Amino acid sequence: MSRLPALGRILLPAIFMAALLMAWEMLVRLAAIPPYVLPSPTLIGATLINDWPLLSRALVVTLITTLEGLALALVGGVGLALLFARSRTIEWVLYPYAVILQVTPIIAIAPLLLIYTSSETTVLICAWIVAFFPILSNTTTGLRATDRNLLALFTLYGASSWQVLWHLRMRAALPYFLAGLRIGGGLSLIGAVVAEIAAGSAGAGGGLAYRIVEAQYRLNIPRMFAALILLAVAGIAIFAVLSGISHLLLRRWHESALAPPER
Amino acid sequence: MTDAAAPTKAAPAPPLLRLERVSKTFPNGTMALDALSLAIGQGEFVSLLGPSGCGKSTALRLIAGLIAPTAGDIVWNDAGRAGHRALSFVFQESTLMPWATAFDNVMMPLKLRGMRRTEAAPRVLEALAQVGLPDSAGAYPRELSGGMKMRVSIARALVTEPTLLLMDEPFAALDEITRFRLNQDLLQLYRSRAMTIVFVTHSIYESVFLSSRVVVMAPRPGRVVSAIDVPLAYPRPEALRSDAAYNRLCNHLSEALHTAMAPRDFL
Ligand SMILES: Nc1ncnc2c1ncn2[C@@H]1O[C@H](COP(=O)(O)OP(=O)(O)OP(=O)(O)O)[C@@H](O)[C@H]1O
Ligand SMILES: [Mg+2]
Repeated sequence: MSRLPALGRILLPAIFMAALLMAWEMLVRLAAIPPYVLPSPTLIGATLINDWPLLSRALVVTLITTLEGLALALVGGVGLALLFARSRTIEWVLYPYAVILQVTPIIAIAPLLLIYTSSETTVLICAWIVAFFPILSNTTTGLRATDRNLLALFTLYGASSWQVLWHLRMRAALPYFLAGLRIGGGLSLIGAVVAEIAAGSAGAGGGLAYRIVEAQYRLNIPRMFAALILLAVAGIAIFAVLSGISHLLLRRWHESALAPPER
Repeated sequence: MTDAAAPTKAAPAPPLLRLERVSKTFPNGTMALDALSLAIGQGEFVSLLGPSGCGKSTALRLIAGLIAPTAGDIVWNDAGRAGHRALSFVFQESTLMPWATAFDNVMMPLKLRGMRRTEAAPRVLEALAQVGLPDSAGAYPRELSGGMKMRVSIARALVTEPTLLLMDEPFAALDEITRFRLNQDLLQLYRSRAMTIVFVTHSIYESVFLSSRVVVMAPRPGRVVSAIDVPLAYPRPEALRSDAAYNRLCNHLSEALHTAMAPRDFL
């Protein structure tokens, strides 16, 4: 790919997007498509503004659940990974359950959880379950991937196992952990949304996905689109923040965070 | 102590440690060393020379205590045992922590011993200066060239002021000019400190240029085939590389190496 000048790199995608929206708008207007089939971008924009009090409240609910799920997944994933790093036996006994949680579709677990707990708790548990595995598995890999010779050096210099963990293995695992966290952040949102939709028919949730289900019942298609846009923006924001954190922590030393090589 | 600097030609150095019929068989059945016997004298610069796979690294790891022998003993003399802790290892790769600066990498052994940063700083800076990197303390490994990384790794080995320095092909990945320069630097360090060095290399020339004794090893299974004293006085100037006596020794070693290998190579 030839290099774009700095201005073009921002301008070109923006122009393309504007053209796309314009085409969408024209299509809806010229073909006179009714809004309950396909709302025009301007209508969606208007809905976003008019329904903002409702939608913003729902957004906050979903975001809080997502972040809570991610925080729990972080604590649980890293904690378990540290345990695995200390003992192969513990890993051998517990890892299958982590895999089971991972491979079982969350959409199938959610209805079951709804029987036992409130819908809020179900949503939180689902967000946690899906975010948990990438963090656990990446951190475990990272803790294992420590340079053999560095480990030997630490042994030679009489490091305690605690020092090895803190000064060596946890640092070496950091890029892996951060990659897992980035995946987990996106998944946590998906888990929360899936669970909200599953709980939606039960009618207790207050998150964005619940608003989507509700709008669908009422054939309020523009609001469905507006909520969808907010979900996408939330997902992008979570990813951007986590990528930013990762970049800040790694930029001095890790290849993944370095600027592209000079020509 | 300071005798290390003098040309210890005739006087046999008191032994620091002895490997007595040491064998190492790995769990996968590979016999890396078979009844290897070797004495390392106090203040000696011993090179282990041999083809790839003859167990040089294994021997070094055994001496360091990183692995245990399957059979045989490693015997330290009393003074050596006390100094056993003052042992440093330099790997073939620089083996630096990529997340730490040159300073922090060199400080690591001191930090592991509970030394504070302010306390350790002068020693770290001195070690960095000794390897010719006084200005690179704040650099991360990825910002350093291969040769500079190797120097940092040597500084890390020196910062604990070891009495025994084990080096596993430390210069193998470097270009010849850098290697020659680091050879000189290493000899200077060797002469300025009461150090014993065991140095693994593939290179006949390097082994003769650096050491007071060259131990030739052969593979499958790894064993010592001959040990040759290098009766060349320290300091050894660069001009030595074109010296007749030096080249005779190299040829002699080359023959020893070939006769050790030949019968098996053409099977
Ligand atoms: N951890 C291990 N497990 C199994 N076999 C091993 C292990 N380490 C070394 N070996 C085997 O032991 C033999 C000697 O290995 P070693 O690394 O000591 O050779 P070397 O002389 O250092 O070779 P090189 O010059 O290539 O570094 C080789 O045949 C190697 O395959
Ligand atoms: Mg080796």
